Order: sequence, then structure tokens, then C-alpha cells
Amino acid sequence: MKTAEPVHRLAVLLPYRLAPTRMSVRISPLSAAILCFCAVMAASTAWAQTAPTMLSPLQVIVKWSPLLLRGFAFNILISLLAMLLGTVAGLGLGLALLSQYRLLATASWFVTQFFRNAPWLVLLFFVMFLVPFQITMFNTTVPLPDWIKATVGFALPVMANVAEVVRGAVRSVPSTQWEAAESLSFTRRQTMWLIMLPQCIKRMLPPWMNIYALVAMATVLASIVGVSEMLTLTAQVHAAEGGRPELFAPLYGFALLCFFLYCYPINLWTARLERRFRVR
Amino acid sequence: MQAIGNWFQRLYESTGLNFSVFYDAYDWDRYLGGLKMTLFLSVTTIMLSLVIGAAGALMQGSPSRLLRLAVNIFVVVFRNTPPLVQIFFFYFGLGTMLPAVETAGMRVPLLSNVQWAIISLSLFAAAFNVEIFRSGIEAVPRTTVEAAEALGYTRFKAYIHIVLPLAIRVCLPALNNNLVNLLKTTTLAYAIAVPETLYAVKQIWSESQNVFEMMVVLLATYGILVGVLVWLMHRWERAMRIPGYAR
Repeated sequence: MKTAEPVHRLAVLLPYRLAPTRMSVRISPLSAAILCFCAVMAASTAWAQTAPTMLSPLQVIVKWSPLLLRGFAFNILISLLAMLLGTVAGLGLGLALLSQYRLLATASWFVTQFFRNAPWLVLLFFVMFLVPFQITMFNTTVPLPDWIKATVGFALPVMANVAEVVRGAVRSVPSTQWEAAESLSFTRRQTMWLIMLPQCIKRMLPPWMNIYALVAMATVLASIVGVSEMLTLTAQVHAAEGGRPELFAPLYGFALLCFFLYCYPINLWTARLERRFRVR
Repeated sequence: MQAIGNWFQRLYESTGLNFSVFYDAYDWDRYLGGLKMTLFLSVTTIMLSLVIGAAGALMQGSPSRLLRLAVNIFVVVFRNTPPLVQIFFFYFGLGTMLPAVETAGMRVPLLSNVQWAIISLSLFAAAFNVEIFRSGIEAVPRTTVEAAEALGYTRFKAYIHIVLPLAIRVCLPALNNNLVNLLKTTTLAYAIAVPETLYAVKQIWSESQNVFEMMVVLLATYGILVGVLVWLMHRWERAMRIPGYAR
């Protein structure tokens, strides 16, 4: 006979585990888009009744959406490049954190802490103002456009965060693995590349995707330093439509919607991977 | 104080490193004003986000399905959109819709940019706090809540006096992380011209032409602020620890 046994009889605190929000009624990205569309539609019909000559907020968004979406694609490009750069650099920094040379490990610890604790916007300013707009090397001048500098600016915090992820993942592998590798006469480098890192990829993937979602959302900061990405274009579109104050909410709402539709699926997927890869 | 100023003045004359904040009274005042604004923003948003987060976590456990859905939508939306766009949406989008008030013959918006920054930053951080608190609450054993019920606590009273104090102890490390993040996010208020540290420092470097030196000061400032916050939170964590309980 099967009896429903109480799981926790004693008043013992359960292990703390940060679980992502589960929607009791799931809103799929598609239906969310439809809902938002309906809301904008409802708002715009109310507007259309009052002033028929001017474009309604919805019409403005439809009219300018190719431009705005191109801006959004630029945001995604910046985020992907920053993630690529940051991951490569972060892997190196993470391995340096785990290095046996005390000096190298300490130096990279300071670098990691520095870039992790500085606000993203400050780091962006740091790169934008202190890196020259062109580099002359071997008599050839390489221009550095704004957006490339911004990408580097985003790659710096990514690097530090990825380094921490790498370090945490390698540390979480049982130490018996190191001993087993040693007894099979693997060198330290071989152990790291052939045994540790392949095992760690599974553990690193969910936090790595979390970092990516953060970068994707941070790319709008580039508008503050004058890169013409989505938010800059949104402001320009608003000015082009006569700067009517009632257009602000729908236009920025459209930007919010784009980012939501991009980031929420990533978040859901991360949560699923986390559940699947949970270290028991 | 004077000696420090003189030292930095000499440093400027001998090496060309112009740390104008330390000897120029005007720049120093501006920097201090920015620092005060950053501290004000951080403290108010931390407090507000904790309150909203705790309230949200309470509502998430409520029997009403509608309330739970509302909190979940709030969390999901605020977590998955860029905080800067949220600030713009609130300040420009909603700010222009609110009626203006008449003060001393001038029409000023109902809520100033500082107030909007506080509102949107608190909501952004609160969305994360809701999840953190909820996970902490889930770690509190059901039997403890039942014992409280047996002693005649209402749902709300049991939450305030029994569940939350235990949950906070469990989720402090995660909370710590989020509050550090919030402190770093206050720089975004720069975008709507709130005169916080970044804004003040940018003004100084545009006038004194010392971008590099002020950048060092800026990074050091945030490094110290984050360090102080982490130290305070660790002290709090130690002070709240129940010996022999949890881990």
C-alpha cells in the first residue's frame, strides 16, 4: 500500500534554490504580442476619434517599424559581438583565476573584481572616452567607429562575469577528478582542457545564457553615448512625428515589447536547461 | 584638508594629472552633491524595492489566482526588459500623461525626474526581489507555518512574524547580489538628467578637461560604494544568523 508520506516532518529549513517564476497561466510570446497589439490598437482607436487628421500612435509605429526593427537588429548584433569577445576573454581570465601561479591568480582576481563591480554605464563611458577614435599601426590607420567601441565596452563586464562562471564551474567539479587525471599522468593543461572544461560546459551554459540576456538588455545604454541603435532611433522617430507627448508611451512601449519578446524566450530556455542540468 | 588640496595642486603642476575635485572647491561641491544624490537614490530604491518585493512575495502565495497572475506578469515583464527603456517609458511616457501642478506661478510636472528614477528603479529591482523572497519562503518548512496557524496567527501575521524573518536569513546572499546590482543600476538615472555621481563627474570633466583623472575617481567611487554595501550586508548576515539553523 502506498501512503502519502510527509516530505519534511521536522522544522528544518529546506535548501535555498532560486527558482524562476512559473506563470500559473502561461503567456506564450505570441499571445503576449497579440495582447500588446490589441492594447495599442484600443489606445489608437480612442485617439483616432479625437483627432482624425494626425497619425494615430499605432499608425506611427507601423510606419516606422522597419527603421526601428533595423535598430533592434543592430542591438542584437552588438550584443552577439560583445558576448563573443567577452566569452573568449572571460575564458582566458577564468583560467588565469585558477592558475597555480599566485601572482597571475591574484592579478586576474583584481581584474575580475574591478570589472564586475563597476556599473556597466561607467565602463561604457570608460571605453568611449579613453579609447581613441582611430588607431595608427604600421602606417595604416584603422578607424574605430562608435559602435565597435561600445561593443568593447560591453565585452568588459561580460569578460569578468564569464571568468567568474568558469571559475565556479571548474571549482564545482569533484576534486577526485583531478586526482584521477593525475594518476593517469595527464599534465595540468591536459586535465583542464580534456577533462575539466568539457564537463563544465553543461554547468556553465545556464549562467552564460543569463549573462547574454543581461548584455542584450544593456545594449540600449549605447544610445546614451551616441550610437544610433534602437533607443536613439526611437527618440528620432518621436521628433520626426512632431514630438507629440502622447507618442512617447507607445514608442517606448514598442521598444519594451521588442526586448521582451527577445529576452523572455531566452529566460524560459535558461530555466529549462537549469532544471535539466541541476547538479544533484 | 588644505594639505590634501595642496598636494593634488602640486601633483597637477609636476605631472599634469589634474584631479580638480580635490583642490577646486566648486568641483568638489558638485562631486559631493552627486555622491549625495547617488546615496539618496540607492537608499530609497533599496528600501522601496525590499518593501515591494516582500509585498509581491506575499501576494504570490495568496489564494487569489488573479493576484498571483498579476504579480507574475509584473515580475516577468520587469525582469525581461531593459531598465533604461523602463526609465524612459516611465519618465517620458507616463510622466507627460500625468497632469502638471501649479507651483509659484510655474507649471511643473507632478513627479520630478528624481522621483521617476526612484519609482522605476525600485520596480525593476523589486521584480528580482519578489523571486528571491519567494524562493526564501519556499525554503521555510510547511510545518512551521502550520504551527503558527495552530497558535492562531492570521496569514498576514504569520508571514510578518514567522515566515519572513526566516526567509530573509536564507535568501540574504542572493538579496545581497541584487542590491549591489541595484546600486550599480542607479547610474542609469543619468539618462534622465538626475544629478547623481556619473552626471556630476561628467560635468566636471567637460569643463576641466580631465577625463582620465575623473574616470579614475568615478571608478574608485563606485568601487568603494559597492565595497561598503557588501560589507554592511555581510555584517547583517552574520548578525542575523541563528546558531545551528540552516546549513
